[in-house]
Amino acid sequence: MATSLIVIIISMVLVNNYPLAQFLGICPFLGVSNDVESAKGMGIAVTFVMVVATAVTWPIMQLLYKLDLAYLQTLIFILVIAALVQLIEMFMKKSMPALYTALGVYLPLITTNCTVLGVCISNIDDGYNYIQSLTQAFGAGIGYLFAMMIMSNVRTRLVDQEDIPAPFRGVPIVLITAAILSLGFMGFNGLFS
Amino acid sequence: MEIKAVIIAVVLVVVIGFIAAAILSYASKVFAIEVDPTVSKIREELPGANCGGCGFAGCDDYANALGADHSLDCTKCVVGGPAVAAKIADILGVAAGTAEKQVAVVHCNGTTEAAKTVMAYQGINSCKAAKNVFGGMNACHYGCLGLGDCVEACQFDSIGIVDGVAMVNRDTCTACGACARACPNSLITVTPAKNIVFVRCSNEDLGKDAMAACLNACIGCGKCEKACKFDACHVENHLSHIDPDKCKNCGMCAKACPTHAIINLRLAALAKKRAEKAAEAKAEESKEAAV
Repeated sequence: MATSLIVIIISMVLVNNYPLAQFLGICPFLGVSNDVESAKGMGIAVTFVMVVATAVTWPIMQLLYKLDLAYLQTLIFILVIAALVQLIEMFMKKSMPALYTALGVYLPLITTNCTVLGVCISNIDDGYNYIQSLTQAFGAGIGYLFAMMIMSNVRTRLVDQEDIPAPFRGVPIVLITAAILSLGFMGFNGLFS
Repeated sequence: MEIKAVIIAVVLVVVIGFIAAAILSYASKVFAIEVDPTVSKIREELPGANCGGCGFAGCDDYANALGADHSLDCTKCVVGGPAVAAKIADILGVAAGTAEKQVAVVHCNGTTEAAKTVMAYQGINSCKAAKNVFGGMNACHYGCLGLGDCVEACQFDSIGIVDGVAMVNRDTCTACGACARACPNSLITVTPAKNIVFVRCSNEDLGKDAMAACLNACIGCGKCEKACKFDACHVENHLSHIDPDKCKNCGMCAKACPTHAIINLRLAALAKKRAEKAAEAKAEESKEAAV
């Protein structure tokens, strides 16, 4: 049991890393990664929302299965996640105003973030039980945080753009960085068979 | 599909929606944050032009900054001017500084008659675009292109193109500086409204070249520098500059200027009045003659 959970976490962090291997959640991945501190905040917020969203959506999915309403999955998941993120936003505004201002527009964007919906749906599709689902959500969040930290640290070193050819300065070099990072993560393919 | 399944689906979504709404409305009370009432009061007083003239990202941003730090200068709103500054000072309970009225000034007088053109520009109707074509259609590459990027930028309808040169309406100008940012040749500066003598040229070429490009150009002769008794007028890079802090509006430099590149608005207003009177007199004369 424990080994399978560890395998799930490692596979979510390295092999199936959401932004770099499955290309989910690219918007905040590129948007918030220009500063290490806010990248960390965003990563932690996404991890937190993923785990809480899974904790809520997994039981709801069992209810949907019982009522034979599995086709409502996407609709209800979005509804629940949106409400959840609103709640988290209010909570953060009250108790963590610094992080709230650092995340800015990206916290409401988690509402419509495909990583959060993606992890909830992939938990169901993989047929995981409750504990495994929570582990996968946590692993996906850590993987997201991991990718954000790598990206933001690379980007802070790109600030001094003297060496970069003029056409590549700004957004292009960021996209190229992301592509090279993604290539690197493809090397983990087949780590577990 | 059975109708029962539809009803169950609808009821389920509605129930989940209601539960979420109930939790959120409860949470909004638990996690309610007290918003500083002074901020909303200040925001109401600000004109809401969001021009950025104060140096903040907009009226909301300025109000927030003032609310957070009451010692901040409350006279930064150039649109509202002293009236708004006094109101904000009232709200904050601090003494209002003196918000000096400022206006935008165009440093070019290359009118259609005076400035020579080197091509018939037919491209996009924008100064920025025209400047990209060999520096514009004028022989003088420093001067006003007259295609009205500043007119476009002005939210207060206070700048227009007259005789091919941008002209500021000093009565309605709010000194937000939008035109100054829009001008590709950086011809417009924002100076105190009390200054009525200023150089209407930005050409830094040698006198001969400047004169060849525009009859109204500053040739950097330095006569204004000698005429000025207050050390306000200086020629740098073959171009005269007047320091608005030192200038006493005496107009000696304008009198000395051989190319009339320096303008004294007091005299200009007088000349305009005289011309109007002359025109009126002429009109009356012709009327009498007709009778």
